[in-house]
Amino acid sequence: MGGLRTAGDLVGWMQMTRKMKINEAKKYVAQKLGIEVFDLTNEEVMRQTREDLGIGVVTSVAGSPKGMRAKIKIAELLDIHINSVDLFLSQVKL
Amino acid sequence: MKDKILIRMGDGERVTLSADEIKEDIRAGTQDAARRGRIPEMTAPEQEQLFEIMADPSRVVGVSPGEEVIVTDDGCSMSFYSGQDGGGVGVPMSRMQAILTYERACGADTTSMGHSDYSYKPVKPIINYEMNEYYNISMMTTAPFFYGAQPNLGLYYRPDGPCPNPAELLPAGKIKEARAAQEEACEHLKKDLVFVGKKLAGVGCEGLNFDTCGSAGDADFLAALLALRELRQEVPQMPIIMGSSGEFVIGMHGEVTFDGRRLAGMYPHEQVKVVEAAGACIYGMAVNTNTSESTAWNLARAVTFCKAAVEAADIPVHVNVGMGVGGVPMMEQPPVDSVSRVSKSLVQIGKADGL
Repeated sequence: MGGLRTAGDLVGWMQMTRKMKINEAKKYVAQKLGIEVFDLTNEEVMRQTREDLGIGVVTSVAGSPKGMRAKIKIAELLDIHINSVDLFLSQVKL
Repeated sequence: MKDKILIRMGDGERVTLSADEIKEDIRAGTQDAARRGRIPEMTAPEQEQLFEIMADPSRVVGVSPGEEVIVTDDGCSMSFYSGQDGGGVGVPMSRMQAILTYERACGADTTSMGHSDYSYKPVKPIINYEMNEYYNISMMTTAPFFYGAQPNLGLYYRPDGPCPNPAELLPAGKIKEARAAQEEACEHLKKDLVFVGKKLAGVGCEGLNFDTCGSAGDADFLAALLALRELRQEVPQMPIIMGSSGEFVIGMHGEVTFDGRRLAGMYPHEQVKVVEAAGACIYGMAVNTNTSESTAWNLARAVTFCKAAVEAADIPVHVNVGMGVGGVPMMEQPPVDSVSRVSKSLVQIGKADGL
């Protein structure tokens, strides 16, 4: 689906954490992002959406969220538990 | 549409076939899968749709916007730095560099790392090294990041492991001894899978991949199922993918069961139900490619098995589309025309949840 270029990673999280089939996962992610399912793979829409939400963009923008900082926001946005995020937050006592 | 259509054989050889020949291959392929798996054949419109995909004159084909699916992988980033035997291109880079390149330069939906041997047994003695590596990389990745390897029961038999070797016992007619050896090895393997899984869960592992399960037969498949179930109890927050090694579970033992169901001979639509019952988040199905048949024949089989598995499944089904599986030709540089046709067909007709 394009990973960080679009919403492929987000759909992946839903299949992993909620065992959602592809259409259910896409619908869930689109609803959380406030966009149409059709636009999940639309770079023109997803680039700005990801930037606005701080969930990581594919190009390297100095100082912008990526890695763990982006995953914390992704877990919040999608209302899911990500094991690495839970561990990190427990270590920084947030 | 021209009568001579460019197509590949299962070994990658490019040939031209007539439309009627391709249609006949599709018919024969779906019939073969239906007979073996006792599942429905592709319908006539589905066969026609597959033919249209195979006959498309474009070098590369794809699904329509909105139909895309995600891709999970089995050590794909390892191909950046490994050699020919691993399908690798030999670029000297670290695991972290390869994973981040795969995530960011290739736009991967999910990423993964694994030991270069890609079996769980050799991971056990170096687990602390793997835990450190996983933890460090997981701080940097944004996309889902799996740790993957194969159960590979064969490593537990002599001379590589502690158990008698069934491949030596079976030809000697020692069936009972061969079964006992597999049961003993299964227990060792299950313990190792659980050990590695729990250790990685402790450093925040986002997902574990039991890849190519059943490669040494039904006891291999059983060990993965048992470990999966135990890990779901012990570390329920860690999602686990379980993928199979072939279209049916080989009955090297023949009598092992899971939840009262005999594993030997299970096809994807049956495998997915035990994988699901064990607690996997995603089931990876594999369909073997026959090198002597056309990609149309092979893909018709793969689509038929896929459709039945997806219909039976309550969890996402990802189809293995590596070299020599899922209709992809058996060669180390799979042609992009074949790979894209396989991907499109499995998604549009097979209704796969991912690849």
